[in-house]
Amino acid sequence: MELYLYTALFAPIVGSLFAALFGMSKKNIIAGIIPSALLFVSWLASLKLLIYILGGGEAIHVELMTWMATGDLYVPYGFIVDQVSVTMMMVVTTVSTVVHIYSIGYMDHDKGFNRFFAWLSAFVFSMMVLVMSDNFLGLFIGWEGVGVCSWGLIGFWYHKESATWAANEAFIMNRIADLAMLIGIFLVYWNTGSIQYEQAFAAMPELSNGVLTSMGIFLFIGAMGKSAQFPLHTWLADAMEGPTPVSALIHAATMVTAGVYLVVRANPLYDLIPDVGLFIASLGAFVAMFAATMALVNRDMKRIIAYSTLSQLGYMFVAAGLGAYWVALFHLMAHAFFKALLFLGAGNVMHAMHDELDPFKMGGLKKPMKWTWIFMTLASVALAGIYPLAGFFSKDLILEVAFIEHHYILYTVLLLTAGLTAFYSFRLVALIFNGDDRHSENGVHPHEAYNFMLWAMLPLAILAVVAGMIFKTPYFEMVTEVLPKIEYHIHNHTTAELMLFGTQIFVGLAIFFAYFKYSNIFADKKKNRAGTVDKKVESGLLYQLLYNQYFIPQFYEEYFTKTYRELSAMMWKLDMKVVDATVDGVANIFYNTGKATHNMQDGNLSTMLRWMVIGTVILLVLAVAFTFGQSESVVDLLSGLGAI
Amino acid sequence: MMEITLQHYLILSVILFVIGLIGVMRRKNLLLLFFATEILLNAVNIAFAAIGSYYGDMTGQMFAFFIIAIAASEVAVGLGLLVLWYKRTGKIDLDAMTSMRG
Amino acid sequence: MEAIAFYTFAILTTVMFLITVLTNHALYALSALAAGMIFISAFFFLLGADFLGAIQIIVYTGAVMALYAFGMMFFDTTRDVVEKRTSPQLIFGLSGLAALMVVAIFTAPIISGNIIAIYPAIDGVGNSQMVGMVLFTKYLIPFEVAAIMLLVAMIAGIVLAGKKMDHSLTLMQDEIECQTDEKEQV
Repeated sequence: MELYLYTALFAPIVGSLFAALFGMSKKNIIAGIIPSALLFVSWLASLKLLIYILGGGEAIHVELMTWMATGDLYVPYGFIVDQVSVTMMMVVTTVSTVVHIYSIGYMDHDKGFNRFFAWLSAFVFSMMVLVMSDNFLGLFIGWEGVGVCSWGLIGFWYHKESATWAANEAFIMNRIADLAMLIGIFLVYWNTGSIQYEQAFAAMPELSNGVLTSMGIFLFIGAMGKSAQFPLHTWLADAMEGPTPVSALIHAATMVTAGVYLVVRANPLYDLIPDVGLFIASLGAFVAMFAATMALVNRDMKRIIAYSTLSQLGYMFVAAGLGAYWVALFHLMAHAFFKALLFLGAGNVMHAMHDELDPFKMGGLKKPMKWTWIFMTLASVALAGIYPLAGFFSKDLILEVAFIEHHYILYTVLLLTAGLTAFYSFRLVALIFNGDDRHSENGVHPHEAYNFMLWAMLPLAILAVVAGMIFKTPYFEMVTEVLPKIEYHIHNHTTAELMLFGTQIFVGLAIFFAYFKYSNIFADKKKNRAGTVDKKVESGLLYQLLYNQYFIPQFYEEYFTKTYRELSAMMWKLDMKVVDATVDGVANIFYNTGKATHNMQDGNLSTMLRWMVIGTVILLVLAVAFTFGQSESVVDLLSGLGAI
Repeated sequence: MMEITLQHYLILSVILFVIGLIGVMRRKNLLLLFFATEILLNAVNIAFAAIGSYYGDMTGQMFAFFIIAIAASEVAVGLGLLVLWYKRTGKIDLDAMTSMRG
Repeated sequence: MEAIAFYTFAILTTVMFLITVLTNHALYALSALAAGMIFISAFFFLLGADFLGAIQIIVYTGAVMALYAFGMMFFDTTRDVVEKRTSPQLIFGLSGLAALMVVAIFTAPIISGNIIAIYPAIDGVGNSQMVGMVLFTKYLIPFEVAAIMLLVAMIAGIVLAGKKMDHSLTLMQDEIECQTDEKEQV
């Protein structure tokens, strides 16, 4: 069984190193095939482990070697495959394999083809380390690794100024959050004496509430950075500068879910501090609504999907904050599938539209791109939470959790957000695929993506449809071995049915409205041309506010970035004047001493003889001083004078 | 003052040694530098012989003896080299011999 | 008696050596040095080291000074030695300080109280005999080594100062004879 663990863990890095060998060469298709094949191997190994765990197997715990064993600190390179991590492993490897195969087609004409796969597989490796680690420091290594690979992939087209800027923004924001996370890890070690999950969580019930609260808060701030919760959310939308497969893999399915994973993994801690959990849930609900509002009016296809991701992350945090960890993990899994599918479909559209991102410039793509249309519609239906697709089982479950736990405000917010979600998702779909052809006048003639790319997307589509129905029960049985086993039932049957149908009807109405506004299905042919931009609405205050993301990026730029830049400039001057001057001063002392004493070696015997005598005299003086210094008479004399 | 003790000889030796040092530091002509070196050696000889004599030990005289032998051979070799240098460069001034500068 | 002799010779020696060190004429320096050597041998005789005093006169004054005198022949000694004016304060200051220090060391009761004799002289035996007894028993090896060193110095002196060293005189003579024979034949 350990063999499968190591295979699943290390196959991606082998693929990455293989592709890295071609890093400087021209595009070589083998640099894309081998990493994809190795990732498929990793997927198989994870599948085997999943079957094993499902069959009631014990969690597999290995220790590769010791990393640090100093004093009381013992940190191993340890890995664990238990129910939670095997779920994450399956999600990561499935989406990664699909994205790798898709990328072979997507990056077909790109010069950095080989480099792309090196980064991508390295990312998968880091993510595997993150989810398979059995201690906080291993988690942190994976955390940083995905951060670096995300930077490399967002800034993949590094000649573009905007891409490098976005990459730096993502990395720096994550770093800020990582500082808090490190503090959290330090607190864990300091108070529990271990950073391995088992020992740390076992020692936690004895700690005081204040300590636990700070631990939980700091760790959560780290999760906030990685999962782009408010206020560290601006990087996620800008991260769309990277290639679309990157967005699909990293910013939909894996990296951004690392924060949720952390909270789920640390559930013993968060169970002890329900107040922090409530805060997490409230923040999640806020973010869900916040992001959904920004997606309503956006004119960038990928950004809309990015905000959608942000919104769904909020949902996951609501679930985790309220103690329904298995629900959060379930939604994570389902969301990964349909969100990745959505992004990959968007990638197809982008390629077809020659990298055009504004859905208002597209339209009527239903005919030339039939399969993409089907996939994106399926994904959007799943996202909206329509029965019987995956989203229904996960998202609506979260709504139920909120209701049952008597957090009615949260429930209302989430319900409204569900409606908004459905609206903007289908706004996007309608604008792209339905309605009039707005793109031909720009000279764009779209065609469907390569066949093998569509075949790659098919597994995701199937999973998006069936993951909820088929997987829920076995998943629940499996994962509640380690997570708190709470079943959520609304006791009153009428209320339950009302909620169920009410939600579905509400969501259905939202979808209807989107189609009404943005496609020609229900429109009057003579007026209400769908897809035209309404100038009056656009100049309204609310629209401007939402369109500019509540002006938050400008706020950050003005008050944080500029201040920091000035501070850095000041510090640089200080560095030059003080530090450099000191170091140069030390060097100059030596240099000048050398120059001054250079005349000692002028080759003249007379000079040398004189220096010899000087040296002898100095030694004599010292000898006399020390000898006489020890004699008693001199000691008496000097002490009498008060010198000693 | 009438009684000549060891200290007298030692002080005399020191004075002669210092005179030799003055010569060593002052002289620019290599030959005269050698003269000053001879003075140094002789001063030390006096010291050795005096100490040996006043403590009834033969070691002092032996040491002085060997110093004389060594000084003689040093003069032989030194003068030979000096003659060679003079033949090559025509002067024995120390200020002109600075090829080992740096 | 001994005191008068001591002071006389002391003053004479000091004056002679001062002349050696301070004069500008090379010949004066040479003469003063030779005189100084003789006066130092007087000290040896005063101390009862007869053998050493005799050796001093023979070797130092005789051989070494003669060597210097011969060496002087090579150099232009009529010319006054020109010495660059270096700061005399430095020299005399240093020297004074050195003198002070060494005197302090020598006269310190700590030092002078800790001396013991290793090879004590035996009374009733003459100095030369004593020297012989110690030299050839206890100091035999330094003696032999000094002998070899003197040999080396002699060879070095010959090689350094000699001319046409790679021609053999006897062979040269033969060559000249051959050449004259040939000339006669022709």
